[in-house]
Amino acid sequence: MISNFPWLSRGLAVLRKDLRIEFRTRYAYSALLMFAITTLVTVSFSVGGFLAGPEMTDIAAALLWIILFFSAMAGLSRTFVQEEESGTVIALKMAAEPEPVYVGKYLFNVVLLFSLTVLVVPLFIVMLNLSVVLVGGFLATVFLGAMGLAGASTILAAIVAKAGAKGSLMTVLAFPILLPLLLGAISATRTALGGGSPEAINTDLLMLFFYNGVALAASLLLFEYVWNE
Amino acid sequence: MQNYVAVKKLSKEYSCRQLFVDVSVTIPDRSVFVVLGHNGAGKTTFLRILCGLVPATSGQVDFVHCGNVLTAAEKRAKLGLVSPELELYGELSAVENLEFFSGVRGLPFTLQRAREILEFVGLKGRGHDYVATFSSGMKQRMKYAQALLHNPPILILDEPTANLDEVGVALVDTIIRRQKEKGIVIMATNEPREVCYGDQQLSLA
Repeated sequence: MISNFPWLSRGLAVLRKDLRIEFRTRYAYSALLMFAITTLVTVSFSVGGFLAGPEMTDIAAALLWIILFFSAMAGLSRTFVQEEESGTVIALKMAAEPEPVYVGKYLFNVVLLFSLTVLVVPLFIVMLNLSVVLVGGFLATVFLGAMGLAGASTILAAIVAKAGAKGSLMTVLAFPILLPLLLGAISATRTALGGGSPEAINTDLLMLFFYNGVALAASLLLFEYVWNE
Repeated sequence: MQNYVAVKKLSKEYSCRQLFVDVSVTIPDRSVFVVLGHNGAGKTTFLRILCGLVPATSGQVDFVHCGNVLTAAEKRAKLGLVSPELELYGELSAVENLEFFSGVRGLPFTLQRAREILEFVGLKGRGHDYVATFSSGMKQRMKYAQALLHNPPILILDEPTANLDEVGVALVDTIIRRQKEKGIVIMATNEPREVCYGDQQLSLA
């Protein structure tokens, strides 16, 4: 069945390879996790006891996505940087078409970010003593937000891997591109935590859904040029 | 002449320094083409342009198979590259590397095929060792395993015997002889015994 979709089957080969290497080295996951845990603990100690009332949901929603955004920036660029630094990029370019490489790296970043989210989001809720009113809407927001972060970060990581100042460039490039996603995700999270109307969260979720579609389509169109540069 | 590589007026310059200018050559099927030149003359760059890894400043390279010029994707399926700059995944075993390169090329993978090719390059019994633990000579053999995995009609070799012992050098001789019977070998070298294989030579000054 999968063999009928060459991009997918070859992309899955890239995903399997990256997961195997990540499982053995934990290059990217360590960076993601350490950043997330450090900021989470700092946030919970500094504001955890003072948050109350309607401002609580506003600040908590923003803090959650700040943690996820900077964690993603800390770890997701490793997928391509690692290939460039270890010299394996030549073998990969000789063997694989650009699109399956993007698909594989995107899926790898999705897996990485989901595994982080599954750990960080419940901890965030417990440590800041939050209650989620619209549970379904909250889960959908986290799902679409993480997918969008992974999608845009993957193409940015491919660009950053070609540049000299890899560390700082990722965040600088990512901020304007991810801003609409972050604003939508923060708004939806605020609604889900504060118990706003389902209609309000649906509008934000729709925006997150379309952001994902646009980010994925644009990345697939542009990736060949970035990859062959 | 159904299968050949046509290099037309190929030039490359880096920061106002010209490596080569207007190189034109036709490399026919069942032949060995050798690129010669001192260090820094542009041998590796020439091969990288042929592989599509580096753009030329001007000129073009056509890979012609059965009378048709290959697209980038078709070219990828018909080229095998061994180069000092090409690295394999050290965190994967030899078999896992071959499994990955089969999968990403859309080829069926069997353990039997992996064992056969590893035995051919002299890595019998080392299939489950991580490539990072290999010596430089073993890594070079592993590069041949990766390059020959898809039976490419065109083999591009940069310093083909780098890091190899006498047995390894004999293996490369065998690979070049076999490849010449079924396709094209393009290699960059200054080793006198490898230069002798060349049906055509290009000397880059």
